[in-house]
Amino acid sequence: MVNDDLKAEAKNLNFYYGAIQALKNINLSIERRKVTALIGPSGCGKTTFLRCFNRMHDLYPHNRYEGEIVLFPEKINIVSPVIDPIEIRMQISMVFQKPNPFPKSIYENVAYGLRVRGINKKNILDDAVEKSLRSAALWDEVKNRLGSPSFDLSGGQQQRLCIARALATDPRILLFDEPTSALDPTATSKIEELIMQLKNEVTIIIVTHNMQQAARVSDYTAFMYLGEIIEFDKTDRIFTAPSNKLTEEYITGRFG
Amino acid sequence: MQNTEYRAQNTDIRRRIAFNKFCDYVFWVTGFLSTLVGLALLFTLMGDLFMDGYPRMSYRFLTSFPSRFPEEAGILSAWGGTCLLMFVTAFAAVPLGVAAGIYLEEYAKKNWLTDIIEINIANLAGVPSIIYGLLALGLFVYFFKFGESILTGGLALALLILPMVIIATREAIRAIPNSIREASYALGATKWQTVWWHIIPYSTGGILTGIIIGLSRAIGETAPIITVGALTFIAFLPSSPVSPEFPFLSFKWLLDPFTVMPIQIFNWVSRPQSEFHVNAAAAGIVLMVMTLLMNAVAIYIRYNYRKKIKW
Amino acid sequence: MKKNIKRKIKEDIIESILFLCALSSVIITAGIVVILAYESFGFFKEVPVMGFLTGTVWTPLFAEPKFGILPLVTGTLLVTMIALAVALPLGIMVAVYLSEYAPHKFRETIKPVLELLAAVPTVVYGYFALLFLTPLLQKFLPDLSGFNAISPGIIIGIMIVPYVSSVSEDSMRAVPMYIREGSYAMGATKLQTAFKVVIPAAFSGIAAAFIMGISRAIGETMVVAIAAGMMPNFTFNPMEPVQTLTSYIVQVSLGDVPHGTIEYKTIFAAGMTLFMMTLFFNIIGFWFRKRIREAY
Repeated sequence: MVNDDLKAEAKNLNFYYGAIQALKNINLSIERRKVTALIGPSGCGKTTFLRCFNRMHDLYPHNRYEGEIVLFPEKINIVSPVIDPIEIRMQISMVFQKPNPFPKSIYENVAYGLRVRGINKKNILDDAVEKSLRSAALWDEVKNRLGSPSFDLSGGQQQRLCIARALATDPRILLFDEPTSALDPTATSKIEELIMQLKNEVTIIIVTHNMQQAARVSDYTAFMYLGEIIEFDKTDRIFTAPSNKLTEEYITGRFG
Repeated sequence: MQNTEYRAQNTDIRRRIAFNKFCDYVFWVTGFLSTLVGLALLFTLMGDLFMDGYPRMSYRFLTSFPSRFPEEAGILSAWGGTCLLMFVTAFAAVPLGVAAGIYLEEYAKKNWLTDIIEINIANLAGVPSIIYGLLALGLFVYFFKFGESILTGGLALALLILPMVIIATREAIRAIPNSIREASYALGATKWQTVWWHIIPYSTGGILTGIIIGLSRAIGETAPIITVGALTFIAFLPSSPVSPEFPFLSFKWLLDPFTVMPIQIFNWVSRPQSEFHVNAAAAGIVLMVMTLLMNAVAIYIRYNYRKKIKW
Repeated sequence: MKKNIKRKIKEDIIESILFLCALSSVIITAGIVVILAYESFGFFKEVPVMGFLTGTVWTPLFAEPKFGILPLVTGTLLVTMIALAVALPLGIMVAVYLSEYAPHKFRETIKPVLELLAAVPTVVYGYFALLFLTPLLQKFLPDLSGFNAISPGIIIGIMIVPYVSSVSEDSMRAVPMYIREGSYAMGATKLQTAFKVVIPAAFSGIAAAFIMGISRAIGETMVVAIAAGMMPNFTFNPMEPVQTLTSYIVQVSLGDVPHGTIEYKTIFAAGMTLFMMTLFFNIIGFWFRKRIREAY
């Protein structure tokens, strides 16, 4: 991968929950404006790895990073203790497994990220809210009830609201942590469509335990097992002709 | 086994079972009655109070000062004192208690200092109210020289209900699921932004409930107020908080002598003349109505907030 | 960069302010200890400690003052024990009934009403003890003096039943169903299961509840101040008037006692004794509550 196409690169990344090592020597390149999927059985470290990108582990005690995740083009190390995690989170957004909208109105949910950055002018917020809701394919369904509580929405709509919320701040990387595992098939396919549209504007990393989803949606796939990257390649190569035996066994359903 | 032996065993067991079931039934009845004892007492108390105090309940009673003549004695000064006192108490206890609760739930790390703070709060919740009176006497009346005033009384009660406010704040904050905090941080918010925009608004219901219940407790507190020197016979109201000249707000009332409802009741009950007991009962009715009203408001607020925010 | 530093400074200042507010609890405890110790120290400079702890006459306001604290201590303990004799059985029975027998709806309606018992101001309870209960008891016990220890004792007992029963009941309900099932499967009745299985399992919580009740009874002031009389009386007879540590402090505070005199200091000596007693029980109660958390 040429440097111009790189968005981020993990170099010899190790991660410890206290004394337990959860990630071992991770080396991975994330290409700009593409979807990279992380797959693997439960406990393989894919969510742990994802949460390194926006320093979520910093919220809890006894966590430790070793190594680097380099962000391009500035070439700063995301997990360096010298870098303020808030800086990172302002540029890298996350959508969580279970939809977690704030118990506020739809409008306020999307506007929150901007308010955090000190943007409070109504016309700017109005435009940004509309733009994000359109990008999240939710605008038509909610444009007449922006003031109603977010809990009035269905599960799938709530998740799209969370995506709009994450998009409102114009992130450079968008992280998805099993975004459809709590949703029904219709909502799931809507979100998969959305992801494929969004990748034209933003780099996406998605963790999923659903292999078919990874095959449908992503350009690159990394297979992880017991905290290590076993194989990383273009998605169709991984799913049609994996090089590693373990990968093949996982994909064909022999375990996990 | 022969048939006769088997039958005997059978009756033995049957008798045992019958006995056990009988005991069970007896307990069921006594348990039920015990539960009703508390209820019975509550209703007897309220009924007795009402019957005793009813003759004195009148507009005149509510608006007169105490007097040597029981028919003319009223609760105006006691009522005024109670209101002003509650104001000082709330003003002191609420910011301090809520801030402490926020710190302990959102900021404090698990170390020995936090443990000490938590042990202290648990201990203070169990300290008898009169000890707070002694603390206020030595500290506020004499050391800080606030004298035997509304300020002292209000601060004494504020210290008394502080553990309640802190505990209520913590429980309200604990009910907020972690996923909300993560969502806020993931958008680049700082800790204080998360607290200000999410934690405080979502826990307000629980916090308000705790504050009102704390205040309803404070309103009936007598011992610490007597200890700091509230007078039992006051025939005047403290200075008014509003003054006719600039800046229209006066603080003189903070340092005025005062009395409160429970002390007035205590004073009247302690008199040997039974006519004063009627006054005591009437004042007791007013105080109980006030307390029950505050508890009802607190429950209503809690119910409303639970409806709005379903986690 | 500058925005970062400004933001960090603001966050640190806010955290410090919040920390100081949390520290206030420690400061208050320190304040209580310091004030009580300081005045008690002054008191014990003039009054020998042994005489204080073992003397059976308490007349500090007389011309020839005597400073034996035992009458006040026995007064306190007498009232407390009567209260416990009421609250213990009643509290347990209510707790067992609500947790093991009562239908759900009944429990949900009764619990808030019982909580109301705790909301009644203690002066009102005092009024009730003096003017309703004592005359009532005098019909059965004609020797009962107008001020006595039984009437406030019973009232305080019923006052603390809601505290005791609700904490006990919560810890009994926390005992998992499968533990009860083991007992029922062997043919035991509800009563047997409750007393032989559930209560032992919930023991720490129940003990904590009772310790809380003891602490509350010891510190109760107004009910005894109104209904027990203001006469320090070294006796174990509950039909006579007694004075507790708490009502003594009220008696002195009602009068005109100048700051700094020995009479003034007596209330702090009494307060210190009271504080030590409740602290002792609070520590035991805390230890029991810690044991519950470790069990589950």
